[in-house]
Amino acid sequence: MTQTAAVRLDHAALRRGDRLLWSGLDLDIAPGEFVAILGPNGAGKSTLLKVLLGLLPLSEGTALVAGKAPRRGSSDVGYVPQQKGFDTDLGARGRDLVMLGVDGHRFGPLRARGRSERVEEAISAVGANAYADRPIGRLSGGEQQRLRIAQALVGDPAVLLCDEPLLSLDLNHQRGVVELLDRRRREASTAVLMVTHEINPVLPFVDRVVYIVDGRVAVGRPDEVLTSTSLSALYGTRIDVLRVRDRIVVLGAETEPHHDHDHFHDSDAGEWHSHE
Amino acid sequence: MSDVWTYLQYPFAQHALIAATLVALVSGLIAPFVAARDMAFAVHGSAELAFPTAVAGLLLFDDALTGALLGSVLVAIAIALLGSRRGDGNTAIGVILAFGLGVGVFLLSFYHGYASQATNILFGSIVAVTSRDLLILGVVAAVVSLLVLAIYRPLFFSSVDPEVAEARGVPTRALGLLFVLMLTVTVTEVAQVVGTLLVLSLAITPAAAARRWTAAPLMVTALSVLFALLSADGGFLLSLAFVDSGVKASVFITFISFGLYVVARGAAAVRKV
Repeated sequence: MTQTAAVRLDHAALRRGDRLLWSGLDLDIAPGEFVAILGPNGAGKSTLLKVLLGLLPLSEGTALVAGKAPRRGSSDVGYVPQQKGFDTDLGARGRDLVMLGVDGHRFGPLRARGRSERVEEAISAVGANAYADRPIGRLSGGEQQRLRIAQALVGDPAVLLCDEPLLSLDLNHQRGVVELLDRRRREASTAVLMVTHEINPVLPFVDRVVYIVDGRVAVGRPDEVLTSTSLSALYGTRIDVLRVRDRIVVLGAETEPHHDHDHFHDSDAGEWHSHE
Repeated sequence: MSDVWTYLQYPFAQHALIAATLVALVSGLIAPFVAARDMAFAVHGSAELAFPTAVAGLLLFDDALTGALLGSVLVAIAIALLGSRRGDGNTAIGVILAFGLGVGVFLLSFYHGYASQATNILFGSIVAVTSRDLLILGVVAAVVSLLVLAIYRPLFFSSVDPEVAEARGVPTRALGLLFVLMLTVTVTEVAQVVGTLLVLSLAITPAAAARRWTAAPLMVTALSVLFALLSADGGFLLSLAFVDSGVKASVFITFISFGLYVVARGAAAVRKV
């Protein structure tokens, strides 16, 4: 019996207006695989997630998520959006955020059966019991991020899509979040796709990286893709990849300035070549 | 204080009390969403825009409420069309608001009925509520309450966590439009009691106070309704108790509503949350 791929992209290309974001993307992600999506600002990393969420159609090629065409609201997909932080007095607790992951999309006053048990389980799984009942807007970035992951996992998805989940977290919390995702994919075979510009926290855990630059894409194991040779070819200019102890520093990769705040573009903050 | 009980034997006072209750119920229900969606200015805008439409109602049908309710649909469409993106919204509302008030004053110069009608629209006229007004208020309150019950969860989802809600298949845009419509209709109702200038005291202050007491969404809604009821009914009863002073009920309503907010903030400061 062949296992259904968690994510499959076949000759996928995406255009926004007359701009080609990427093309010729072939990708097969197995259940339980951990994949980092890297590249400069505006390369179309978040847009790739939007395709898999069913929010944007591909311009060319096909996409399958858990064997099916991407569909908005699919229960096969969990989504952790870019960290924005909540209003201090939002009138919602961490627990409520997770509850919305169960039945927040359902109309009518009746709640989903077994909701409290599932919510409790998801909160325990991310170790958020101590603060799940506090106002969400008053939690730290790391605590909010854990609850976001609980919200995304409470539906028991086959694929977890995370957009810059490490943004604005300190090193400790970054490691905590990455270890959490790593445990999940090992224990529940959830495939994890993570858009990030912080390579180093995820490097020890990821199986493969998808590196998008200016419409071109490289896919492979980190030690294959993150080399001076392959990144120089990808960028079309001289790139130096330095290994300092167990860390990687990429030099020469220019950050493309993209000042528009278009909904469909990546809006990752920070410079690509500074990994702190 | 025995005066209050005597006054309550009269139909005008009973009507007013029922109107205050209906208005408090819907505004208390809507207020937490207004706060979560950061739409205080939209409330203020649609309230003030109930002024030109109410004057138009006076001119056309000799009835301010009909004009204001019909107009609130137009206002909702205008707000929704012009302010589809966050940030754009406030500017667009400001633009329509300024023009709308101008239109209101312009229309007023053609109105030769009771001059008090105009101030009633601006500052509320709870004792002038007729049984026909009550019927309209009752229907609107019932429809808005049922709608809130039906869309509570997805609306809450799209209010606090719009990106995930969108990805989970919640029709966030359609819900946003529906909410603006519910909001403007509610605001128009509230304006009947406290006047267009003081609407925020029932359409946002109760939720602002409630959020200082709890972060549990259903408790926020329950407290918000309770505070709105205390303000609206309490304010009206106080205005009866001090009827000789000639101070309008809407003044007492805003005072109680603000008082509850101050208490909530004080209590939050003491509890250090």
